[in-house]
Amino acid sequence: MGQYFSLSAASLLLASGFAGARSVLEPAGAEAQQIAILFWVMLSGGAVIWLGVVALLLHSALFNRRRLAEQSASRIILWGGVVFPAVTLCALLAYALWLMPALRPFAQASSAALRIEVTGRQFWWEVVYRPSRGPPVASANEIRLPVGERVELTLKSADVIHSFWIPPLGGKMDMIPGRTNRLSLMATKSGIFRGPCAEYCGTSHALMAFSAVAMEPEAFRSWLAAQAIPAEGAGASGGALFLRHGCGSCHFVAGTDARGLIGPDLSHVGSRTTVGAGILPNTEDAVARFIARPDLIKPGSRMPAFDMLPPGDIRAIAAWLRGLQ
Amino acid sequence: MRLIPKEIETLWTLFTAPVVWVVHFLACYVGAAIYCAKPELIGLSFSAVRAGIAAVTVIALSLIALSAWLAWRQWGFGTDDPPHDDPTRRDRTLFQGFATLLLSGLSFIAVIFTAMPALFLTGCIR
Ligand code: HEC
Ligand SMILES: [Cu+2]
Repeated sequence: MGQYFSLSAASLLLASGFAGARSVLEPAGAEAQQIAILFWVMLSGGAVIWLGVVALLLHSALFNRRRLAEQSASRIILWGGVVFPAVTLCALLAYALWLMPALRPFAQASSAALRIEVTGRQFWWEVVYRPSRGPPVASANEIRLPVGERVELTLKSADVIHSFWIPPLGGKMDMIPGRTNRLSLMATKSGIFRGPCAEYCGTSHALMAFSAVAMEPEAFRSWLAAQAIPAEGAGASGGALFLRHGCGSCHFVAGTDARGLIGPDLSHVGSRTTVGAGILPNTEDAVARFIARPDLIKPGSRMPAFDMLPPGDIRAIAAWLRGLQ
Repeated sequence: MRLIPKEIETLWTLFTAPVVWVVHFLACYVGAAIYCAKPELIGLSFSAVRAGIAAVTVIALSLIALSAWLAWRQWGFGTDDPPHDDPTRRDRTLFQGFATLLLSGLSFIAVIFTAMPALFLTGCIR
C-alpha cells in the first residue's frame, strides 16, 4: 500500500487528461473514497504546516529581528522541533493505520457474492467471473461490477509482475507470478473507468489497460447471464474466415470451434467498450487495423500480424467480431 | 549492591537505546511474518501475536526509559547547556550523556511507531 498519491502525480494525471476518465480524486468506490480523504487530510495538513513555517520564517527575518535568549530558543526547538512533529506524526500515522482495515477489507471478502479472477498477461488481462450461483463466465480486458456490492478480485500473473489498479475504485494490488493476491472493491457510483497496468511489464506496458464498468446490480445480472451463453453472431461468413485463418488456435469463441487459450476470449468481444486491452475504441475499423498489424499498434504483443490476408477477409472478420455482442 | 549502576564511562551506552529499537523492530516484524506464514507452527490466535507485540513494546520502552534516565544523569540533569565542546573530560562526559539522551528519545518514538499497526490490524492479510 505504499502507493500513496503524491501531489506531482496528481497534477500529472490531471494534466494528461486522465481526469476525464476519472482519477483517484474523483472516487466512485468505497476504498477510493477513503484514499481521497486521506489525500486531502495529508495535503491540507502539510499545507498548514508549510504556511506556518514560512510565516515564522518571514516573521523572524523581516519583522522581529531581535535575538532570542538561549533559554527560550531551546524551548522553541524542544516544542516546535521535537514535541509538535512527534505528536503530529503519531496522529497522522494512527489515522492512516486506522484506515487500513477499511482499505483492504479482507475479512469480509470470503462472503462476497461475486469473485472475479483476473490474470495479467503481456499485455492483456484474462478475466473469469465466478458468481456464487451460476457457471463461471470467461472474458478479457474488461471488468464489470455491480454498484453497491462487494466484489472479491483474485489477482494472478501468467508471466511477469503486473499491477491491477482502478483509480476511482480503490488502491493498487500487484499481480505476481506464482502467487494469488486478493483485493476487494465496492463501486458506489456507476460509470466507466480506465484501469491501467501499474507495474512496468515490458515493451507495451503503457498500452496495457482495461475498462471497468460499474453497473446497476439488475443490469449487471442480466448482462452476466447473457455472457454465459454464446453470442448470436451476425454475418456467419466472417466466422468461417476466422476459423479458416487459424485465429481459433489462439482465441476462444463460445459456440464455435475456436478453442484457443493463448489470446483473449473473444466470445463477446463486440460488447466491450475497447479493444486491444483498453487502447482502441471498439469499432469495426479499429478491430480490422488491430488484426492487420497488432505489432505496430502494440509492439511486443503475442498476436502475429495478419496483413497478408485479403483486406476483404479482415473486414468480414472484424464485422463478425463486432457482432459478437 | 546498588540497583542502578554508578556512572558508566563507555561509548557503548550510547547505542543501548537504538539497539533496543532494532531488537524490538525485528521481534515485531519477524514474529508477525512467521505467524502469518505458518499460523499452525505457533498455534495461537492473532490476538496472541498482538499481546506479544504489546509485551515486547512495554519491555523495550522501559529499557529505553532506563537508558534515557542514565543518560540524563550523566548529562548532570541538564545543569549545563550544550554544545559541550571544550576539550575537557567533563565536557566529553556531558556531550556523551546529552547525545545518548537524544538517541533515547528518538528510539522511544520509533518503538511506538513500530508497534502502532498492532493496534489496528486484526488479522493476517491472506
Ligand atoms: C498466436 C496466437 C494468436 C493468433 C493466431 C491470433 N491472435 Fe488475436 N490475439 C492474440 C493475443 C496474445 C492477443 C492479445 C494482444 C495484446 O493485447 O497484447 C490478441 C488480441 C486480439 C484481439 C483484441 C482482443 C481484445 O480483447 O481487445 C482481436 C480482436 C484479435 N486478437 C483477433 C484475432 C484474429 C481475427 C485472428 C486471426 C486472423 C487472431 N486474432 C489470431 C493471439 C493470437
Ligand atoms: Cu502489465
